[in-house]
Amino acid sequence: MADLTEIGIAEARDLLAKGEISSVDLTAAHSAATAAAQPLNAMVTETPELAKEMAAASDARRSQADGGEVGALEGIPLAIKDLFCTNGILTTAGSHILDGFKPAYESTITDKLWNAGAVMLGKTNLDEFAMGSSNETSYHGPVNNPWRVKGDDRNLVPGGSSGGSAAAVAGRFAMGATATDTGGSIRQPAAFTGTVGCKPTYGRCSRWGVVAFASSLDQAGPITRSVRDNAIMLGAMAGYDPKDSTSSQHDVPDFEAALTGDVRGLKIGVPKEYVLDGMPGEIEALWQQGIGWLKDAGAEIVDISLPHTKYALPAYYIIAPAEASSNLARYDGVRFGLRVEGKDLTEMYENTRAAGFGAEVRRRVLIGTYVLSAGYYDAYYLKAQKVRRLITQDFRDAYETVDAILTPSAPSAAFAIGEKSDDPISMYLNDVFTVPANLAGHPGISVPAGLSKEGLPLGLQVLAPAFDEETMYRIAGVLEAAAGFTAEPEKWWRSGS
Amino acid sequence: MSVDKATVARIAHLARIGVGEDELEPLASELSGILNWIEQLNEVDTDAVPPMASVHDEALRWRADVINDGGKQADVVANAPDGDQNNDGAFFTVPKVIE
Repeated sequence: MADLTEIGIAEARDLLAKGEISSVDLTAAHSAATAAAQPLNAMVTETPELAKEMAAASDARRSQADGGEVGALEGIPLAIKDLFCTNGILTTAGSHILDGFKPAYESTITDKLWNAGAVMLGKTNLDEFAMGSSNETSYHGPVNNPWRVKGDDRNLVPGGSSGGSAAAVAGRFAMGATATDTGGSIRQPAAFTGTVGCKPTYGRCSRWGVVAFASSLDQAGPITRSVRDNAIMLGAMAGYDPKDSTSSQHDVPDFEAALTGDVRGLKIGVPKEYVLDGMPGEIEALWQQGIGWLKDAGAEIVDISLPHTKYALPAYYIIAPAEASSNLARYDGVRFGLRVEGKDLTEMYENTRAAGFGAEVRRRVLIGTYVLSAGYYDAYYLKAQKVRRLITQDFRDAYETVDAILTPSAPSAAFAIGEKSDDPISMYLNDVFTVPANLAGHPGISVPAGLSKEGLPLGLQVLAPAFDEETMYRIAGVLEAAAGFTAEPEKWWRSGS
Repeated sequence: MSVDKATVARIAHLARIGVGEDELEPLASELSGILNWIEQLNEVDTDAVPPMASVHDEALRWRADVINDGGKQADVVANAPDGDQNNDGAFFTVPKVIE
């Protein structure tokens, strides 16, 4: 058998079904690749022993089923973003303040994955509390992108916040990974690493047991190597959960069945506001290439306007920090995680939170506290909520005439570690194309579509109306086939350089 | 809008995050930069626009009014940072809050 880390979920599913490979072998290959990838710092916790047990149990279930029904992800080894609570296994959210925290419960999403037969390789590194676009804010240190500029051994960021998940999939040590997206944290790292990342409709996936950042925006989704793998994995993650009152009661369709390869007659919107001043020419060229591919496949391209686009980021940087400041109030040093003593209770809170939160989290909690404070609530928070409605209405108006929207995923390729960390606003601008869909709650997917001049992956984003992931996947599949993106990073981390 | 050192100290206290005196000035400048950038929202006319708190627009499901979980005291306190000092795992402990 060839290298088992080079096959995707769909292919492995077929080989497992035919009995040509076992989950134990498939998992062992990925656990070994995970261990060999430590220079990438993509994992906070590796769980090879647990993976071995889960894989053996999967093989036993399959043999018992004797050719009958098995789970949708039976025997498939996955990595889990360290924002999902996993029973008895360290869950850090990338923060010092959750030191030693071992949840006594399992998040709904991971529970569903294990019920579907998946195997856990470990927990992936991320920006602290998912706040960041480069994975540099993690208490566990930055994740290195598996991709480098050819002939240049500088480390690049994998994007964020799901940087470890994206790196694990791009580096071929996890077949897929869970991720979360509050403002672009699935789609932007997918674009930076040449992987497929989908943020489904708000409410598609339960948030129960996922460490909260901004509850009205947070949504879990999969990062995978292909669009088909992505559809398979989302199918196992999605569904109503009585434990999350904002999870949707919509039926979960067969996302994989949506990959018909046929986009004839679909109307694809191209929003003029997504043309940015100073956007690199290669991003513009990639976008035009994507438009060309969809035209060639028989779709109709329609120029559209989303007039409030430029206000999405500033509205987001009020709403998300406001919700974060409220959600993160629970980290008080009393019930779990870090405690730093003080002379009284207030000082204990202040000492604990000063030591436990990193600079970006502190910045956002302070902004959030400020915009919610007496005298500023109307001017900032209420204003941002009104602008959020206008942005959502822009999309609804557009979807009166188009079936989906095509944009670049990010305004640049991956950048070097340290390049943007001194300037919060320039970091925030990474999410300019992804944030609007979070505010509107609509699904979006990033598909690898080409390489930059320097040989780094670039992604195209497909946005679709709420609960129409099927159209989104259908278009993504056509883009993927047209792009024929087969490039892979050189595995420099294995040689120890 | 710009914020000054005193404002940063006030919101840091509201947020219960200890901030050293030497950090107030740089934080004031960082936060002012972000707040000034956010001010562009004032260009948008929102007089007739109702605020939007969530995109979720489905009616909440009812459930039976029964106890379906609980009895997990040991799990609840298992991660308490005060370790063995919490009265054999029966309570969370905090510094004395009454005189």
